[in-house]
Amino acid sequence: MNWLKQLFSRSRFYNDLSDEMQQHLEEKIEELVATGMSKKEATAAARREFGNITLIEEDSRTIWRWPSIESFFADLRYALRTLRKSAGFTITAIVTLALGIGANTAIFMLLDAIRLRSLPVQDPQELAEVRITDSGHQGMGNNQQYGELTRPLWQEIRDQQQSFSGVFAWSVNLRYLGRGSEMRHFHELRVSGDFFRVLGVLPFRGRLLMPEDEGACPMTRAVVSYPYWQSDLGGRDLSPAIKLVVDNELVEIVGVTPPGFFGMVVGQGFDIAVPFCEPKEGLRRDTFEVSVMGRLKPGGTMQRASTEMDALSAGAFEATIPPGRDTRWTETYKHFRLAAYPASTGVSSLRDYDRSLFLLLGIAGLVLLIACTNLANLMLARASARRREMAVRLALGASRSRLLRQLLTESLLLAATGAAMGIALAQSLSRLLVWSFSTEGASVTLQTVTDWRVLLFAVGVAALTCVVFGVVPALRATRAEPISAMKTGGRGTTAGRERFSLQRLLVVTQVSVSLVLLVGALLFVRSFRNLMTFDPGMRESGITEAFLGFWQSNLPRERWADFQRELLDEVRSVPGVLNAATTTNAPLLGSSWEHGIRIGSQEGNSKFTWVSPDYFETMGIPVIQGRSLTPEDTASSPRVALVNETFVRRYLSGANPIGQTLRTSPEPDYPATVYEIVGVIPDTKYNDLRSQTPPMTFAPASQFPGQGPWTVVMIHSNLNPAAVAAAAKRLIAEKHPDVLTQFSDFQREIRDGLVEERLMATLSGFFGLLAALLAVVGLYGVISYIVAMRRNEIGIRMALGASRRDVVAIIVRQTLVLLALGVGLGVVLALAAVRSASSLLFGLQPNDPLAFAAATALLVTIALVASFLPARRASRVDPMVALRYE
Amino acid sequence: MRKSEQRDLFPGALEMMILRTLKRQPLHGYALVQHIKRTSNDLLQIEEGSLYPALQRLLKEELVKAEWGISATNRRVRIYKLTVAGTRHLEREVSSFERMLEGITRVLARGES
Repeated sequence: MNWLKQLFSRSRFYNDLSDEMQQHLEEKIEELVATGMSKKEATAAARREFGNITLIEEDSRTIWRWPSIESFFADLRYALRTLRKSAGFTITAIVTLALGIGANTAIFMLLDAIRLRSLPVQDPQELAEVRITDSGHQGMGNNQQYGELTRPLWQEIRDQQQSFSGVFAWSVNLRYLGRGSEMRHFHELRVSGDFFRVLGVLPFRGRLLMPEDEGACPMTRAVVSYPYWQSDLGGRDLSPAIKLVVDNELVEIVGVTPPGFFGMVVGQGFDIAVPFCEPKEGLRRDTFEVSVMGRLKPGGTMQRASTEMDALSAGAFEATIPPGRDTRWTETYKHFRLAAYPASTGVSSLRDYDRSLFLLLGIAGLVLLIACTNLANLMLARASARRREMAVRLALGASRSRLLRQLLTESLLLAATGAAMGIALAQSLSRLLVWSFSTEGASVTLQTVTDWRVLLFAVGVAALTCVVFGVVPALRATRAEPISAMKTGGRGTTAGRERFSLQRLLVVTQVSVSLVLLVGALLFVRSFRNLMTFDPGMRESGITEAFLGFWQSNLPRERWADFQRELLDEVRSVPGVLNAATTTNAPLLGSSWEHGIRIGSQEGNSKFTWVSPDYFETMGIPVIQGRSLTPEDTASSPRVALVNETFVRRYLSGANPIGQTLRTSPEPDYPATVYEIVGVIPDTKYNDLRSQTPPMTFAPASQFPGQGPWTVVMIHSNLNPAAVAAAAKRLIAEKHPDVLTQFSDFQREIRDGLVEERLMATLSGFFGLLAALLAVVGLYGVISYIVAMRRNEIGIRMALGASRRDVVAIIVRQTLVLLALGVGLGVVLALAAVRSASSLLFGLQPNDPLAFAAATALLVTIALVASFLPARRASRVDPMVALRYE
Repeated sequence: MRKSEQRDLFPGALEMMILRTLKRQPLHGYALVQHIKRTSNDLLQIEEGSLYPALQRLLKEELVKAEWGISATNRRVRIYKLTVAGTRHLEREVSSFERMLEGITRVLARGES
């Protein structure tokens, strides 16, 4: 470590050097004295010949240094000193940067957690998911969330595949834990036996599930996640005595998964993992419930795995054809193809928010840009204040690059501090973002962490900001002509136009970018408002949705329909309940139920809902033609149905629908049935506010062929939903302690579905206002600066008879020019930018004139107010005072 | 930045002469200047402004080493000595210089004829 030694012995070296040179000089003098010169003459001559001793010493020393690094440290010390001296500027700059970088980093952290980060398992990049190409199965059979294949298909793949060193299947479900009215939800992860082994997940306690745990239902062993073990089992040691009632069966907890493991779904952890089991009645072939994944063999590629999956598709689908379907359905099914897709990042429904998040990242980036522009303006102002300092240093021989380096060190210091604080801030901001995605029904459990990607992002952003606010002012500052700078000292009557033009350009940019953001914000706010006030064609407020489950009551199947009616009657007897009805599918909350139908010679699909007679009245849906359902429509009476207007338009082309018949395609449990249309209802939204209304059919609950031991009751009441829920829950718990009851406020649930829109409206609104504020502050600063620079000119004008009003007009006119340019440019930019957001909007066009007009008006108003202040100050200039400076 | 050294000849010439001089005998700074001046018949005048930075460069590259000693005039001086690396470096430099000189001489001679 030679250089290290040099570093420490350097001061001795330097002393040696000066001693040595001193000796040299003396020797020289002696010599000269020996030739007959006087001591004084000799000293002078020797010194003359020797030259600048300090300089030589310094030159000799630099040999031992790393000039770039050492001068960097000197710059750093100098920058620290300068920044400490102007604390106000420094704090403004750092806070601005910290907020800007923090907001950007927080959004990026969320994107990173949702999309970029790999699963916390062994070699996640080797994981592949096997799916049907183009998601062709969507809408066929029963589809579960994240369910891509059926269990029989999974077995085919497991037995046939060669490309993977191991394969596994999994599904996630919301199931019930405990008994009767004490039951509560838990997140179940259902896995094939090899799941944990293929993923390379090791137990934290006990053991994890293994292939021998698979078998006939019911399952008796399960493992729990670490968070669940901590929160619900209190972190107790496992023992065979700890048993949980999972889905009405006693299971033993045999192990705990490691703390970081959350399953395969990013953003939704699991509580209990249970092995696949085989029910007595066999596996369903029409329920797409599992996701199948595999680990590529060493050296294997996704491409090769895909090819292999494609090759075994025909056989696999042929072998697993669901029974009881019509030929069209079966043909479609047989022609599905399988392919392998990368699965290193798991799956997540949060990825639907991608576009919003990228948009927010863009918005936050633009806000940061505006903030940086303000900083650049401040730096420019500082630069002109330091013109003399720079001029003196240039005159003394400093090179321009050396000065540039020093000024940039200052910006770098600001940016680095801002970035460090921004990263710290982003930790809590990102948690706040995650929290804002959670709703009462579905909590998002997402760990945002500061990994290398996040750090790289923050550093990149900081570097970029540094360039934006540091480089141009630095170039500007070091371009000073020493002579003119020192001569005038910045006291001309009007300052150079050229120097303002950059600041003007910056302000115009700010105004235009903030206009874009304001327009965007107004669009999102208006879109959200449209959704909130949108009439879906049915009653939303005052409705309570109740889920009643009676699978623990041990009733025979024949009693289910009757028991459901009894429960409904009990609910209706609760004081304050105006009306109540059962339904097989609650509207507007995302779930969908469809059957294939045939009307005459036409084939098609319709949504199907089986409801009790008072459903339409409860939900405030009028029957516009024919009759509603009545208690006389019983299990034994002719099959009848109501349809909506879209159904009539699509399948009956305007003919009188009453008395027409429709026939459903056969499905297991749902034999082909002919329904007579007895009534028509107007179009209402189906499962989502945004989608077009599909054809819909409503049939009597009493004729529902697929009755299960559960029902959904929609309750209309004039009391508050919580009170109704409490009363009904108490009543049912008293009479039927085995019945599970869950109540929710229908309107609140619908609004929870608008979480993305709410987030976009709030955040874009916040960023839009912030951008406008920053731009106005920038404008104010520049106008103030211009006023200060034009003091002399204004003084002269006033001395020559200009009135205060004239002076205000001059300044305001200048503002107006800047504003007009900014707004004009902003409108053009906004028109181009909002197109990318059009699919996120509801009930308005992206070029919504109201949003554009309101944004412009808002911006212009506050900008004029902001510029009026410096203008008034200018008009108060006392000509005598202003001119005395000359 | 200021140029750290004014080179009268060509890059490396001063170092080469210092090394050559030190090969004959260890010397201190003043004696080095005197020796080069004398040997070159006053044709070459080494400036102190160039000498000390050059000596520091040689020290840093460990081609020479320095020790405090007493000079002939009974003065406490820093005496420079050639190291093994210095000897080798000098040989290499001299031979490459000679090749260069030969080349230049040939070109000049051809130009004359």
